[in-house]
Amino acid sequence: MDGLLTLFFRSIFIDNLALAFFLGMCTFLAVSRRIRMTLGLGAAIIVVLGITVPVNNLIYRFLLRDGALAWAGLPDADLSFLGLITYIGVIAACVQVLEMVLNRWFPALFQALGIFLPLLTVNCAILGAVLFMVQRDYGFAESVVFGLGSGTGWALAVIVLAGLREKLRYADPPAGLRGLGITFITAGLMSLAFLTLAGVEL
Amino acid sequence: MKARDVLLNPIIGDNPITRQVLGICSALAITNSLRNALVMSLALTAVLVTSNVAISLLRRHLVASVRLLVQMTIIASAVIVADEFLRAYAPDISRTLSVFVGLIVTNCIVLGRTESFALRYHPGLSALDGLGNGLGYGLVLVVVAAIRELFGTGALLDIPLLPLAAYGGWFRPNALLLLPPSAFFIIAGLIWLIRSRRPEQVEKPDVQEVMLTRMERR
Repeated sequence: MDGLLTLFFRSIFIDNLALAFFLGMCTFLAVSRRIRMTLGLGAAIIVVLGITVPVNNLIYRFLLRDGALAWAGLPDADLSFLGLITYIGVIAACVQVLEMVLNRWFPALFQALGIFLPLLTVNCAILGAVLFMVQRDYGFAESVVFGLGSGTGWALAVIVLAGLREKLRYADPPAGLRGLGITFITAGLMSLAFLTLAGVEL
Repeated sequence: MKARDVLLNPIIGDNPITRQVLGICSALAITNSLRNALVMSLALTAVLVTSNVAISLLRRHLVASVRLLVQMTIIASAVIVADEFLRAYAPDISRTLSVFVGLIVTNCIVLGRTESFALRYHPGLSALDGLGNGLGYGLVLVVVAAIRELFGTGALLDIPLLPLAAYGGWFRPNALLLLPPSAFFIIAGLIWLIRSRRPEQVEKPDVQEVMLTRMERR
């Protein structure tokens, strides 16, 4: 239990997907114009990561890993080269199912998330978290916690950046830096600030 | 549309990273050494050209509703080949790049180009477009990585160029450049440089957004 709590806070603050590993940057920079939009996006990413990381964990451990098919009488099979194509398929399917479920039973939430749900399929934060889960060999419980934690971390980062950008609108940067340039610099400063947490031992 | 423009435009004028804002994740994360940047750009260019050509060949047979699925499958297959190739022939580099080769699957440059170009033009042009965008991406990666490695360690491709103070030279490496955030500042600088040479790329001040925010506050 202690280890899981540590993992949760580690994945929010220290191993933050957006600011320490730069995953999901395209969405991170493109959508962070206004706080209201990032709230919906943040919620969507927490849900999708919380589902896809554990599901892919089960698939990896019981179907793809070297020797994982022993229960089916194939102890020598190693399907791990199919990993990428499977994970992206699972992610696309999860997003699609989630979209249908929300549309049917939670129309208000579906409206709020809007265009962000389908876009999450090609968000590298999702696939990145899944690949990290495989690389670090997490168990099932760990993968649930890691998925939720890293989703929360990404959501936190994008909401904070949107807050900063709303204030930046009143600033007057050099013409060449306007928009994209100044956003890069702001994100860099945020990333530096998060770096100070790197030495923290939980 | 001229073949020359298709190949050369994405290199600086319509660069995927600084202009189209695509594929930024890997540009930031793996640019701490020049060797990583070179390998990554090669891998991405190879994937981009193959998937552009494959999708362009299929473009008349694709049904709109399953288009994305087919594209993702083709891209993922190309990436798997690239990944296995690196693992077999360059295991060290494959280990330092860790998940980022796999992440080419979701690199927005690839999906962006197949979606906006390969679906509309014939395979020859699509191959050139893939090559041009791969080179444009590679150029930014190599510039950023060269700055970071040279001033962060005093060496390029592990060949020492600037004599380090620790060994009696004059150069004190700036450790910040090896840390991830420095890539943000260098890319911002590149954007600034390109936009001051090409003022037509400068963004307009966001008057409408300011008004909207004000109305929300009330």
